Amino acid sequence: MSFMPYVPPEQLMKDRSEFARKGIARGKSVVCVEYSDGLVFTAENPSATLHKISEIYDRIAFAGVGKYSEFEDLRISGVRLADLRGYSYGREDVRARDVANAYSQALSTIFTQQMKPYEVEILVAEIAEDAGRNEVYHVLYDGTVTDEHGYVAIGGHTEELTNAVKAAFQPGWDLATAVRESVKALSTAEGRQVEAGQIEAGVLDRTPPARRKFRRLGDDEVTEILGA
Amino acid sequence: MTDGPLPPPGAPGGPIGANPSFFDLIRTRPEALPQPVTDAVTPMHGTTVVGLKFAEGVVFAGDRRATEGFAIADERMEKVFAADGFSVIAIAGAAGQAIELVRLFQLELEHYEKITGDRLSLEGKANRLAQMIRGNLPAAMQGLVVVPLFGGFDERRNEGRIFYYDATGGRWEEDDFHATGSGGRPARSSLKKRWRPGLDRAEALRVVVEALVDASHEDAGTGGPDPARGIFPTVIVASGSGAEAVSEDDVRAAYEAVMAANEGAGGASREGGVS
Repeated sequence: MSFMPYVPPEQLMKDRSEFARKGIARGKSVVCVEYSDGLVFTAENPSATLHKISEIYDRIAFAGVGKYSEFEDLRISGVRLADLRGYSYGREDVRARDVANAYSQALSTIFTQQMKPYEVEILVAEIAEDAGRNEVYHVLYDGTVTDEHGYVAIGGHTEELTNAVKAAFQPGWDLATAVRESVKALSTAEGRQVEAGQIEAGVLDRTPPARRKFRRLGDDEVTEILGA
Repeated sequence: MTDGPLPPPGAPGGPIGANPSFFDLIRTRPEALPQPVTDAVTPMHGTTVVGLKFAEGVVFAGDRRATEGFAIADERMEKVFAADGFSVIAIAGAAGQAIELVRLFQLELEHYEKITGDRLSLEGKANRLAQMIRGNLPAAMQGLVVVPLFGGFDERRNEGRIFYYDATGGRWEEDDFHATGSGGRPARSSLKKRWRPGLDRAEALRVVVEALVDASHEDAGTGGPDPARGIFPTVIVASGSGAEAVSEDDVRAAYEAVMAANEGAGGASREGGVS
């Protein structure tokens, strides 16, 4: 039988938090802001195919930062949860709050019971019929959930990013303004201009009649918005 | 049943990576899937559906009648559905099983798209449907046969394609048109006379509507259009710009054109009855 040195639980949690926070700080950030027709997510992402922002369900989107393999794993589990719920009950019974709670539980279990915590931070957002009632949940690496309003930033340089968005944010932006201001905030936080070609953006737009409200903004669209 | 922790992405010991199939996922919870029923139940049956290729893609149409034995169970049933943005599925057979199969198939395509970030190829969709019909085989053995017709616009080949199936999941590709269900035979005879390559959209609409009218004259299970009660076939067109339902006004216009063209010819305008 081997002897494990005694580590106080406070120290253990602190070490794990620090480890997770460091991992997240190394990565890029995502910013989510409310605009007149819904929610828009913006991130700097050099890859056009390895997404940080994606669709979970009809009115629910997901954004993750940190270690790709880990938030991708969470994203897939979330899509499964949502599709199973929607199939077993009804499509409108799939809610962001339930998905966020499931993430919170999964992450909290991983944080306390696994060898290493997940180095991720995620957002789960759902648009409502009228502006101002959107739901945005921010889930941390240890399962902590917070409910956000208006704007939220996750990932590396969050403090600078949050401050930059906070200073600029005004309710009722149109899509173009929201994207421009988000990119401006990302650039401020990074301390350099983020190029249009490096921007990944996705919206939950309540206006189209289609059931699935999530849509990616293509490179052309982003370039056009930023160029104007 | 969906409560509890998140379903894990990959089962240990299985192939690595996320399985993008919703059908496989739901099969791990058999209570959620349609089960074979006993012979004591007379299930509703849907009847004739047709599909054909035209210049821009494919047109699918279905009559609106569902039968329960010799009774008409429903005069406004939908049997043709958009499977996703670019493909269409039409069903004939035991209605309960068929509708559930459509629902599962739609979810299967959406789930795949969300997990992988890509739409399945039309070929991939057609193969997946064959596997799902095979999954229904135990029910089919008890008489709950489901035979869909599937087609859509193949974005890679840039053309419309049609596939038909049998109860065992056999899959064949059709070059021009196909019809299935209890009135499938008379509908096919009608299509054989009317169809030609390169039909435009309006002509294609008239051809499918006429095929359903002909089928309703030969087959008790197929309901013909009924302008008095506002019952018209469901028609969905899939082309390069996506799959969309044809409005009732357009279907009514096509029906009236077919009736006018056959006026006095004793063809499609012949009313049912003993002759």
